Amino acid sequence: MKKNWPLWEVFVRSKNGLEHRHFGSLHAADAEMALENARDVYTRRNEGVSIWVVESKNIAASNPLNNGELFEPAQDKVYRHPTFYDLPDDIKHM
Amino acid sequence: MKNNLYSYILGIADNSLILGQRLGQLCGHGPSLETDIACTNISLDLFGQVRSYFQYAAKIAGDQRTEDDIAMLRMERDYKNVLLVEQPNTNFAFTIGRQFLFDVYHQAFLTELQNSNDFTLSTIAKKCVKEVSYHLRFSSDWVKRLGNGTSVSNKKMQEAIDDLWTYTDELFYQTKADKQMVFEGIGVDVTNLKSNYYSRINDILLEATLEIPESQWFQTGGKEGIHSEHLGYLLSDLQYMQRTYPNMEW
Repeated sequence: MKKNWPLWEVFVRSKNGLEHRHFGSLHAADAEMALENARDVYTRRNEGVSIWVVESKNIAASNPLNNGELFEPAQDKVYRHPTFYDLPDDIKHM
Repeated sequence: MKNNLYSYILGIADNSLILGQRLGQLCGHGPSLETDIACTNISLDLFGQVRSYFQYAAKIAGDQRTEDDIAMLRMERDYKNVLLVEQPNTNFAFTIGRQFLFDVYHQAFLTELQNSNDFTLSTIAKKCVKEVSYHLRFSSDWVKRLGNGTSVSNKKMQEAIDDLWTYTDELFYQTKADKQMVFEGIGVDVTNLKSNYYSRINDILLEATLEIPESQWFQTGGKEGIHSEHLGYLLSDLQYMQRTYPNMEW
């Protein structure tokens, strides 16, 4: 039975105002079961206020083999972080 | 007077205790990781409810007994749970069928218990009814899935419902203490819940493409302490530690 159930990715919003974060994956026959399973597997210790599930096959992922060209060029470009500006003291929370 | 209240609380709590223990036996043995955790979660919910009831019962008893003593140190005849909840985990369809047939009752019962004159009982009921609504959602969902699944799952679910049906009528049986508590506005008159119970069950069985059992022969006894052969084994598991090492703590 379990062999036939597709894999689902689970995203949980831990508090109102925060974004949904990836919590893990599980097996379920359909979306409704995936939500119930996610509730039991990932929110039983009061971790969440909202759950998203998406079937894993629907997620397009970058290929780790391409990490060189995708991510390494950014490593020596620290100036792309906006940290080289003098902020006036009056501006808070930047 | 207080004796009746004490018996009444035990009658409610023992259902949750014994069903919780039954579900707990599945821990690590569920058909899949997800359903295993779901059944264990329900078990833990039930044990949580049991603690509230037994703490209250211990207070009413007013002797040296604690909630643990009440849970662990009674003899079989002193457990007042219905026969339904002590039935074994024959297979997943039985586990789900037993849960479903109990949950529909349990939710209706707790909904009414919220109106009890007894403040503690009504407070416990308010907290528990949300948990039990989820249990019912889980079990009725699975009844429908298995009923509408393959011919094998449909057959197993039907067998479970047919076999367990004989234990449903006892849910509406009233002991002397139950009747007295209803009279005092503390207890729920379960006879009023019966027709709604069967119509809700029938609706879901129809949705699950299962047949409603026709048998009108019902078992009773659990509420008076007369149990099926399964309870003794369950209690020997449950009570093992306290019987082997009396008064042990950890």
